[in-house]
Amino acid sequence: MNNLFKKYEEELPLKVINDLKEKLPKKISEAKLKKILEETTIEYNKMLVQPGESVGLVAAESIGEPGTQMTLNTFHFAGVAEMNVTMGLPRIIEILDGKKNISTPMTEIYLKKPYNQGKDIKKLALSIKETTLKEIVSEFVVDVAESKIEVKLDEKKMQEISVDYPAIQKSIKANFKELALSKKGDVITLKLNEKEKELNQLFKTKERIKEIYVQGIKGITQVLPIKKGNEFLIITAGTNLKKILELDFVDKTRTISNSVFEIASILGVEAARQVIINEVYKVIENQGLNVDIRHLMLVADTMCATGTVKGVTRYGVVKEKSSVLARASFETPIKHIFNASLIGEVDNLSSVVENVMLNQPVPVGTGLPGLVTKVKRS
Amino acid sequence: MKNIDIRKHILVPEHSKLTKQEIQELLEKYNITLNDLPKILLTDSAIEKLSVKSGDVIKIIRNSPTAGTSIYYRVVTNE
Repeated sequence: MNNLFKKYEEELPLKVINDLKEKLPKKISEAKLKKILEETTIEYNKMLVQPGESVGLVAAESIGEPGTQMTLNTFHFAGVAEMNVTMGLPRIIEILDGKKNISTPMTEIYLKKPYNQGKDIKKLALSIKETTLKEIVSEFVVDVAESKIEVKLDEKKMQEISVDYPAIQKSIKANFKELALSKKGDVITLKLNEKEKELNQLFKTKERIKEIYVQGIKGITQVLPIKKGNEFLIITAGTNLKKILELDFVDKTRTISNSVFEIASILGVEAARQVIINEVYKVIENQGLNVDIRHLMLVADTMCATGTVKGVTRYGVVKEKSSVLARASFETPIKHIFNASLIGEVDNLSSVVENVMLNQPVPVGTGLPGLVTKVKRS
Repeated sequence: MKNIDIRKHILVPEHSKLTKQEIQELLEKYNITLNDLPKILLTDSAIEKLSVKSGDVIKIIRNSPTAGTSIYYRVVTNE
């Protein structure tokens, strides 16, 4: 029986075969199974898209039509607790245009075995978050007479994110080499040196000290531990996937970010394609709409065909078209035609738009095959 | 990036290199040239450990929600 299935593995996709294996009764005669498989193959081939079908057009319509319904929900923010997430049409536009800086970058951090049970999860989350000095300070005192700044630290907050005095002193020293440091109790005193004793300079320094990086991962602005199923994970606003994957307690196989370009640079173009599909589908599903995932796969494949992620804009996918007229028909026509004439570009009229322009049958459907005849020489 | 094997990541499908003969068979089967295939950069992190050079063909076995698994090919390019 398994041999028979194996024979059809070339012709049928894995999912169809698995479905058959599951649905068919366990005891089935070889002849019957063979008949069923033959019938399935015929039906499967009937369902395949015909060569010459304009799949791109169908995909554009299928994503575009529900998109018009979505405009009503534009700029709504679906929130996970206090965190904002761009959803709806703006998010789809962002992904498909191939924007490098997305409006709400996020990471879903899955944790390794002992850590994902929720113990100390808050501490872990806070240790990832980028912390600046002002967040653990209860008071800044500027002493104008002696031109020094007193930084009063909040020990409770320090314990929360588990940093100690030497670490803070070190990071201040690294950023401000000219300052004289001294510590007394929970107060760190910074003294400006003689040359920079001006008042202006003192206040400037105070503002700069506030932004000193203490610990955490740069770029992570917010953290939120949540429970999903029977494990805990951390959602962060802001991404730095490269640094996050280097952490010990992070599950390196499941942690993902929602930035297509970040994924492309760290996990490769195939992973980026998957993220495009997932993210667009998530939005569409969220809006209660129904788009067949095959359309999204086609778009994602097109965007990733060159090995890097290209948006569906005049700088991305459209620029890759080989035909001058097709490019010119999209946006900025004069620029394209000028440039093409300057370098003597040739248009083979092998695609749709240029043939519409020239009033010729387009190579779609029945227009695709050409006729070849032998000319009789007399 | 140190110590991270991205090939195990759920987003990264299995990548493998085709032999010369397999490339020939592939091109004949679909009646195409190498330039017709989608591309993958030489620097792509998913093929880092395959020791590929430009002109090689990478076979990618994707997980597909519609077909179970689907096979995709990409040709390695410099740019």
